[in-house]
Amino acid sequence: MSVESLFPRLEPLLPKVQKPIQYVGGELNSTVKDWDDATVRWALMYPDAYEVGLPNQGVQILYEILNELPGTLAERTYAVWPDMEALMRAAGVPQFTVDGHRPVRAFDVFGISFSTELGYTNLLTALDLAGIPLVAAARTDDDPLVLAGGHAAFNPEPIADFLDAAVLGDGEQIAIAISEVIREWKSEGSPGGRDEVLLRLAATGGVYVPKFYDVEYLPDGRIKRVVPNRAGVPTRVFKHTVMDLDEWPYPKKPLVPLAETVHERFSVEIFRGCTRGCRFCQAGMITRPVRERSITTIGDMVAAGLKESGFNEVGLLSLSSADHSEIGDIAKGLADRYEGGNVSLSLPSTRVDAFNIDLANEFSRNGRRSGLTFAPEGGSERMRKVINKMVTEEDLIRTVRTAYGQGWRQVKLYFMCGLPTEEDVDVLGIADLAKKVIKAGREETGSRDVRCTVSIGGFVPKPHTPFQWAAQCDHETVDRRLRQLRDALRSDKEFGRAIGFRYHDGKPSIVEGLLSRGDRRVGAVIRAVWEDGGRFDGWSEHFSYDRWMKAAADSGLDVDWYTTRERDEHEVLPWDHLDAGLDREWLWQDWQAAIGDEDEIEDCRWTPCYDCGVCPTMGTEIQIGPTGRKLLPLTVV
Amino acid sequence: MVQRLRVRYAKRGRLRFTSHRDITRAVERAVRRADIPVAYSAGFSPHPKISYAGAAPTGVASEAEYLEIGVSRACDPLSLRAELDTSLPSGLDVLDVVEARSGSLADRLEGSMWEVRLPGVEPDAAAKAVEQFLSSERVEVERLTKKGIRRFDARGAVGSLTVGNDMGGAVGAPVMIDDLRTAGQELGPPCVILRMVVRHEIPAVRPDDVLMGLRLVAGFAPPSPPEVTRLAQGPLDAMTGEPTDPFEPDRA
Ligand code: SF4
Repeated sequence: MSVESLFPRLEPLLPKVQKPIQYVGGELNSTVKDWDDATVRWALMYPDAYEVGLPNQGVQILYEILNELPGTLAERTYAVWPDMEALMRAAGVPQFTVDGHRPVRAFDVFGISFSTELGYTNLLTALDLAGIPLVAAARTDDDPLVLAGGHAAFNPEPIADFLDAAVLGDGEQIAIAISEVIREWKSEGSPGGRDEVLLRLAATGGVYVPKFYDVEYLPDGRIKRVVPNRAGVPTRVFKHTVMDLDEWPYPKKPLVPLAETVHERFSVEIFRGCTRGCRFCQAGMITRPVRERSITTIGDMVAAGLKESGFNEVGLLSLSSADHSEIGDIAKGLADRYEGGNVSLSLPSTRVDAFNIDLANEFSRNGRRSGLTFAPEGGSERMRKVINKMVTEEDLIRTVRTAYGQGWRQVKLYFMCGLPTEEDVDVLGIADLAKKVIKAGREETGSRDVRCTVSIGGFVPKPHTPFQWAAQCDHETVDRRLRQLRDALRSDKEFGRAIGFRYHDGKPSIVEGLLSRGDRRVGAVIRAVWEDGGRFDGWSEHFSYDRWMKAAADSGLDVDWYTTRERDEHEVLPWDHLDAGLDREWLWQDWQAAIGDEDEIEDCRWTPCYDCGVCPTMGTEIQIGPTGRKLLPLTVV
Repeated sequence: MVQRLRVRYAKRGRLRFTSHRDITRAVERAVRRADIPVAYSAGFSPHPKISYAGAAPTGVASEAEYLEIGVSRACDPLSLRAELDTSLPSGLDVLDVVEARSGSLADRLEGSMWEVRLPGVEPDAAAKAVEQFLSSERVEVERLTKKGIRRFDARGAVGSLTVGNDMGGAVGAPVMIDDLRTAGQELGPPCVILRMVVRHEIPAVRPDDVLMGLRLVAGFAPPSPPEVTRLAQGPLDAMTGEPTDPFEPDRA
């Protein structure tokens, strides 16, 4: 069965939409493999606009790995904007891939990578435009397997009805394994239809098939238990962890878009995982343990990636890039290598210490010392202890003093509002800190030309973290605290004008909270919101809190019960059968330590293992340097 | 900067939907991938010395776009042409490179030859509209610009305007054989093709302004979006009124 390109039907629509280039594909390093030569075909989606989705590392890595696999092809698709959606519906053009412009429904697997829950409504748009039934139970053997991955897939329950399967953790190896299972099943003549292939996938223990699990509820609405409903399906599904990142040096050939996107650079992950143990951080908890890529592999990837892409900026990615055991040598090596050229380097790091400034100094050798970012996260010493972010006020002031002293003129500070046990004074503490920062900067530089920007995000309790049991702060309280803080900053004659303040209102966090810790009953709300026109919920101009609240009320669902209610130790959480390796008891103790008054948890990279459970459960171990090797200069041609 | 190289490139097929900004980014990256020793401007944020002359609008294909690259080490135009072409995504294709000898390239681009394909249009209706347009002294059209609605004459800049179709039949005008379609693309339903030479004036008159003019004078309204291609731009020949090769003075 050959599949025709939809492009001739799409083409007449393109002059009528905003930024048509996002729909035409043809990016440098993109691949269009022959349809008939492949047995296993993946359509990969990042469920947001092209400009956000294209740079996504996860999708680019899987795209490259799957296309390298013989007999397998992968193409990409993104969320289309409402102007294009309307035209596609009118013209009967289905959801298409940007590579071969093939209809998504013709593929074997439709894989969607969710970094955030706010992409759920866009999933429904894509399914509907593709002509794939929204509900998994209604799909036939002619529909692809709809498979979710990404961080949000660690609790896929709110979208369980719309998914055939979900995978947790690193995608490289499991994507290949899934392709194998499908290839074998197809080579046998697809016996037993989609149920059979799903069963084979589920039996591996590494693929979650929601419909093979029944959720039973208690009379009060809590979950009683989640149990497999057929033989051969494991009771727990485990996450995947790639060990030895040096063996997986992707992306090798980064996609270079014609359209403008949010990140115009070549990014290299320098390690995965983080064991600093910040209690609010889902990413840190679910990606344990730390696995570093070696300095030499990083150096090679940067050289090759720049050559393949023509980008002039390199980003060294990870959850806390300054923590790489050889980051100093990496920074110096790269800065030396590209000295005097037009390549700029960036290192997202928010560590509050002098070392971070040294790194930033290396990376700004070629350019201006504009802004440095630090993330104390909590406004008071007490708050920072609750979240296990071990930064003292003294540390912070000393660090910013050094930064200003070395020529940096602007300091950005990140905080969260709505943290467990937070009170007004904790948030007002942010104003005091910011003033002290400016004061230190003025003293250090002898000038009034120093600035500080305070950015605040709303805290949302996430699954698989010690705060998964916590009550989320209601949005009225968050908004009130932020107003108080704003007033405290603005009214200050001495420092107010040197301090910038950026924040969002608390309402989107409530919807994010509902979707993060929701169960299967939340699916009806997502569907109702989508039917009511909900799209692109991550974009403030498209997001509607009222639409979500109305849909929840209409479905008879109590949003507070899901968000602002504290859970007790023994409540069955919707994601308890999905295993990130973290020992539940350890998480609970850590939660108790947070709200009690106990000592901080240190980082297991430098102190003994504190038995979070991940390594023994997953059969993994910490992989860190130093290797002692250095970056070799590139030979000049 | 030791040398300036002038590049003619095409914007083809689906890549006609690139905007001018998209193209500048793609060219800068291609220059880096190809290791072309582009010269940089001095100053705090150095820019590569690449300049563009009269870019075709987003959605319009072109066989004749021009840019100029300043390099810090002398380059062979032929090898630069090959390197730049392989480094650009296919659809942005380098056609010709010459070393600049004198004068300003932009000044030589006096006019453009455009081809406008109009699928599903009655040839007679098109011919009638063109006749009426050409016999008018002025045709005032409006265009929405960033500064609001502008009114200007779309007739004066039009040197010639003819009608043909791609089935080989002339409709009161020379036949336009479409030799520029991508190979392998199947012929769609019959389609009227307008070909026009438009002088570069201020305000610039674009093919869609001429189409708007046709609608105003004759109620001519094609059912689907026009497919526009710039075939050539350059100095206008005194005899034929058509654009000639702007690289001529550089080739000597
Ligand atoms: S099991 Fe121990 S070593 Fe492994 S991540 Fe957890 S605390 Fe660290």
